[in-house]
Amino acid sequence: MSDAIAVAGLGRRFGAFHAVRDVTFAVARGEIFGYLGANGAGKSTTIRILCGLLAPTAGRAAVAGVDVAADPEGVKRRIGYMSQKFSLYPDLTVEENLDFFGGAYGFAGRELRRRIDAVVEETDLRALRGAATQSLPAGLQQRVALANALLHDPELLFLDEPTAGVDPVSRREFLALVRRRVRRGATVFLTTHYMDEAEYCDRLCLIYRGELAALGTPEELKDRLMKEAVLEVRTGRPLEAAELLGGLPEVRGAALFGESVHAVVENPDEAVPRVRAALEAAGFPGALVERIPPSLEDVFVSLVEERDRREGEIREVRR
Amino acid sequence: MIERLKRMMIKEFLQVLRDPRMLGVIFGVPLIQTLVFGYAVSTDVTDVPTAVVDRDRSPASRELVAAFTSSGHFRVVSAEGGMERAQAMLDDGSAGAVLRIDEGFAGDLEGGRTARVQLIVDGTDSNTARVVLVYANRITERFSGAVRAAPAGGVQLVHRAWFNENLESRNFFVPGIIAMLVMLVTVILTSMAVVREKEVGTIEQLLVSPITPAEFILGKTLPFAIIGYVDVLLVSLLGVFWFDVPIRGSVLLLLLATTFYLMTTLGIGLLISTACRTQQQALMMVFLVFFPFVLLSGFMFPIENMPRAVQYLTWVNPLRYFLVILRGIFLKGTGVEILWPQMAALLAMGAALLAAATLRFRKTSA
Repeated sequence: MSDAIAVAGLGRRFGAFHAVRDVTFAVARGEIFGYLGANGAGKSTTIRILCGLLAPTAGRAAVAGVDVAADPEGVKRRIGYMSQKFSLYPDLTVEENLDFFGGAYGFAGRELRRRIDAVVEETDLRALRGAATQSLPAGLQQRVALANALLHDPELLFLDEPTAGVDPVSRREFLALVRRRVRRGATVFLTTHYMDEAEYCDRLCLIYRGELAALGTPEELKDRLMKEAVLEVRTGRPLEAAELLGGLPEVRGAALFGESVHAVVENPDEAVPRVRAALEAAGFPGALVERIPPSLEDVFVSLVEERDRREGEIREVRR
Repeated sequence: MIERLKRMMIKEFLQVLRDPRMLGVIFGVPLIQTLVFGYAVSTDVTDVPTAVVDRDRSPASRELVAAFTSSGHFRVVSAEGGMERAQAMLDDGSAGAVLRIDEGFAGDLEGGRTARVQLIVDGTDSNTARVVLVYANRITERFSGAVRAAPAGGVQLVHRAWFNENLESRNFFVPGIIAMLVMLVTVILTSMAVVREKEVGTIEQLLVSPITPAEFILGKTLPFAIIGYVDVLLVSLLGVFWFDVPIRGSVLLLLLATTFYLMTTLGIGLLISTACRTQQQALMMVFLVFFPFVLLSGFMFPIENMPRAVQYLTWVNPLRYFLVILRGIFLKGTGVEILWPQMAALLAMGAALLAAATLRFRKTSA
């Protein structure tokens, strides 16, 4: 069987601005594929192209075997789409929303009822069918939106930052629902900037300034792409420590992670004593410096910094 | 196709009928406006407070004053006192007209000479003043006709107003209200309904569904067209049965013309919605276009009195054509053989506006 999504050399320009440039990847059927990036990195543009809402200006994209530029309507029938804004009609009830969107896909009568019953069961919304959508908390609205996207049994589910602004418990429940669909054969394309959500994906793709920066399973990204080591530095004053560490020659980058500072170094065996010494000298007695396995966030921070450094060098040379 | 359209229409009706503000726009505004225009807005002038300065004090002069008061248009508020007092009353607004009859009035009449009478009118409101003068002229003509019992030949002008025999302004305004209200209600509803989808973000969800632009546009116009018809019927019934406005032409023709007119207003509403992001912007735009349409339609001010350049502008005003059709059908009972140019103009404009809206909608959604 062909890939669920096949993207080759995809690009989209708005005037002189390249929102997406030369992106290539493939998503296998039955995969949860995470598409990560900062706001404005090109996530939404990509998802809009893949859903047939926006025509690409370069390259090709096929979704469920259908070319998005040639037959956007064909794509639309095969996919379910749910966006960060939970696009529901707030003044209609849950049931009326489902009625409407089911009707939009051409279902009617007994068939429509059967499908609504099924998704309501699946997303555990039985008790809320008659509730006004706007009165529901965000976590429940999100489930209604998912139910909406599942009504027509799409082979592919596009979730555009589906859990933005939702509490962690609801987020976990939501991801469990998505996982269940995947077990029944659906493929999921998910954009997010929550790292715990990213860990949940089978494979990840990092997009940075419209370009593909990394692609692989979460483990691969952590092992293979992270050449440097991560040191966790705990002091009483993380802000000042981060500033100090960032200025050390052996530290490639230092970033705040809650109460601690993560410092990226190339050679941990040499760096650890030096960092300790530097901290002592600067008046951070008893600082804890420890090598830790990198988290996804470390990986992305280091990837992005690496890229920025390289681009900076290119600019220097050009000058 | 049919199923999707049906679902869209059900959804639009649910949303409109659930929103008390929209209900007010659809039913409250037409009823109130009709009542206001039917009762309050009237250019008929009655009971003008009049100060009489009668220096002749003859039976003939008293007869003339009686002719003025018995017409119903004039009411004497002061019969004593001279010009100074009358002038003061004009100044402070307690009198709207002064009727001055000088000494020798009766003598002139008897002697067969021209008897002079002066009427001074408060011209602050030029329209009312003009109407008052017309009334006064008619009264004096009739009076002098009665005095010259046996006119020796001569020409006598006999007035007769057709179509609105009693020249009631209500008969002129009520059909106009239909045109104005239907435009206001349908343009607001259509533009808001589309922009609301943009605001909430549901438009994205619709665009990734198999709903086509044509279905979307039909779904966004048919429900409001139906509401437009309901409003036409509502105001017509109120006009005919409450205010006794005659309806002499064909109701079917009225509905057909309404269809063409609705095409133009719905097209305008859709066009506004493609240009706006928020409901507030849309509402501002609606009023921005609505007022020129009303002012340049002949609803209140005759088009013939407008400067030539502005008259050309009114050619692209659907309200102008619909007003002619409405007044024709209601008051004159004219049929399609006379009204077809207006109907054709509406149909052409409606088709062009809807086509433009559809094109623009495709472009913005792609």
